[in-house]
Amino acid sequence: MAANTTEAKLDLVKKHIKAFPDFPIKGILFRDICPILKDPGALTAVIDLFEEHVRQTHHQVELIAGLDARGFLFGPLLAQRLGVGFVLIRKKGKLPGRTVSVPYTLEYGQAEVEMQEDAVAPGQKVLLIDDLLATGGTLSAACELLRKNKAELLGCVVVIEMKDLHGSERIKPATVFSLIQY
Amino acid sequence: MAANTTEAKLDLVKKHIKLSKISFSTNICPILKDPGALTAVIDLFEEHVRQTHHQVELIAGLDARGFLFGPLLAQRLGVGFVLIRKKGKLPGRTVSVPYTLEYGQAEVEMQEDAVAPGQKVLLIDDLLATGGTLSAACELLRKNKAELLGCVVVIEMKDLHGSERIKPATVFSLIQY
Repeated sequence: MAANTTEAKLDLVKKHIKAFPDFPIKGILFRDICPILKDPGALTAVIDLFEEHVRQTHHQVELIAGLDARGFLFGPLLAQRLGVGFVLIRKKGKLPGRTVSVPYTLEYGQAEVEMQEDAVAPGQKVLLIDDLLATGGTLSAACELLRKNKAELLGCVVVIEMKDLHGSERIKPATVFSLIQY
Repeated sequence: MAANTTEAKLDLVKKHIKLSKISFSTNICPILKDPGALTAVIDLFEEHVRQTHHQVELIAGLDARGFLFGPLLAQRLGVGFVLIRKKGKLPGRTVSVPYTLEYGQAEVEMQEDAVAPGQKVLLIDDLLATGGTLSAACELLRKNKAELLGCVVVIEMKDLHGSERIKPATVFSLIQY
């Protein structure tokens, strides 16, 4: 089922997000994007909407950086549409070679996001992508990682934004574009 | 830089793989970073699937590097993509299969309703080494009564005999070391 207008596409995407209460822990309402991936039309709609936004707002983008692991589901697709490369931002210890990392706080401790040293060139115009913006902990660490590598961070794109969790505040001065807000 | 023939595409992909002799790990990051090389990978996968498994209905990809290639291939073929993840990452009811790691055990998991019985599925990952994770994923699909058509990977480490471990499932790899 192809969707033609922006409104129809957003509708299709929204229909393919499933809510799971109390996952991964009690009190959290988890928004699952798996149904989007399972439906080719819904996934095409997501990438169409991202592509349209990027061509209008960040047409000078040179690279897409995606967060491990659900950012990997959307990032390469968007990168291919735009004719640019894709680089991986992963949990510490997963990438070979020399890396740069930035720590961030988890609910029960600390973790680190990491990128290969030569993934991004200084001054390169990069867009960050992930499936969901919640508190913004991981995404803000990823923004910092790109800044640490002297990249020019144009902004972030996510499928879903949880407005109540004020992630957009946490990632400032970086901005975020989301398709669906809750 | 676009590559036109199968040979040219394989060449482009190979140029973008960094092999480390020390850690025996391979690095597919350069492929993702170069749009032409990534297009070549998906072209080659698509060509193979259209020739050999044209009846495919779903692509299942392994967390996390299978996620880099799977959705692209799925979109090319006009089919859906489902995630096979480490245990505990997927919400809702799941099915899982254990496998042995170097220092213990782990489990791969899929959502209960990801695959319908009899659905024709192709498995995708970046690399086939010993075949531990991939064979667990094959078993997971069989457990869900899917019809596993085969596996596709970018790189196959022949010395590690992964293709033996995943039998009776078959594997198609673009590059062999």
